Amino acid sequence: MAIEVRIPTILRTYTDGAKAVEGQGGTLAQLIGDLEARHPGLKERLVDKGALRRFVNVYLNDEDVRFLGGLETPVADGDTVTVLPAVAGG
Amino acid sequence: MLTIARDLVDKMVAHARADHPDEACGVIAGPVGSDRPERFIAMENAERSPTFYRFDSMEQLRVWREMDDRDEEPVVIYHSHTATEAYPSRTDIGYAAEPNAHYVLVSTKEADDVEFRSYRILDGVVTEEEVTVIQ
Repeated sequence: MAIEVRIPTILRTYTDGAKAVEGQGGTLAQLIGDLEARHPGLKERLVDKGALRRFVNVYLNDEDVRFLGGLETPVADGDTVTVLPAVAGG
Repeated sequence: MLTIARDLVDKMVAHARADHPDEACGVIAGPVGSDRPERFIAMENAERSPTFYRFDSMEQLRVWREMDDRDEEPVVIYHSHTATEAYPSRTDIGYAAEPNAHYVLVSTKEADDVEFRSYRILDGVVTEEEVTVIQ
């Protein structure tokens, strides 16, 4: 078992075009660290100065992790993490 | 070039007018790779602001999953400007992250006239494109 991470189009350059990749970790931060080992560059697109970037939404199963614990949100085998670019502007 | 049906244009304009003076926003989904906008989805502007828009993150998850299940993608991402012209703002360019989408801007600045324009926004570069409206 592992954690499935769904990757949006704009970040698939880091995953060789894959729509979903698998990773491991006890928290979202650890999971992103684990992904970074195989998909270098991905972390920088998600995290800035120790926090999630404003430009991306990250969901654990059906919840926005901003309403959970951000990067410290616990994750476990069988969970699905979805990354979507925020749609916003002025 | 964006080719789009008249009734979809009318729906975007009606949504922009209804939410004026706040910005309105939404998506038109279409089959992956088709470049054909078909399914109109008005989205909530979580900012409820005359100068900003942001899709509500939970609504976005639901809509994006639905598109995924139907083998669709966001062909058009639209929003309105209510006091300025229909040209992407600096924030619009900074946030644009759907390389395959047509970014449509509707300006409701004038009460009796609507400005409607479409752009590609890629890596901070804005390219306006021709719009062909079909019946």
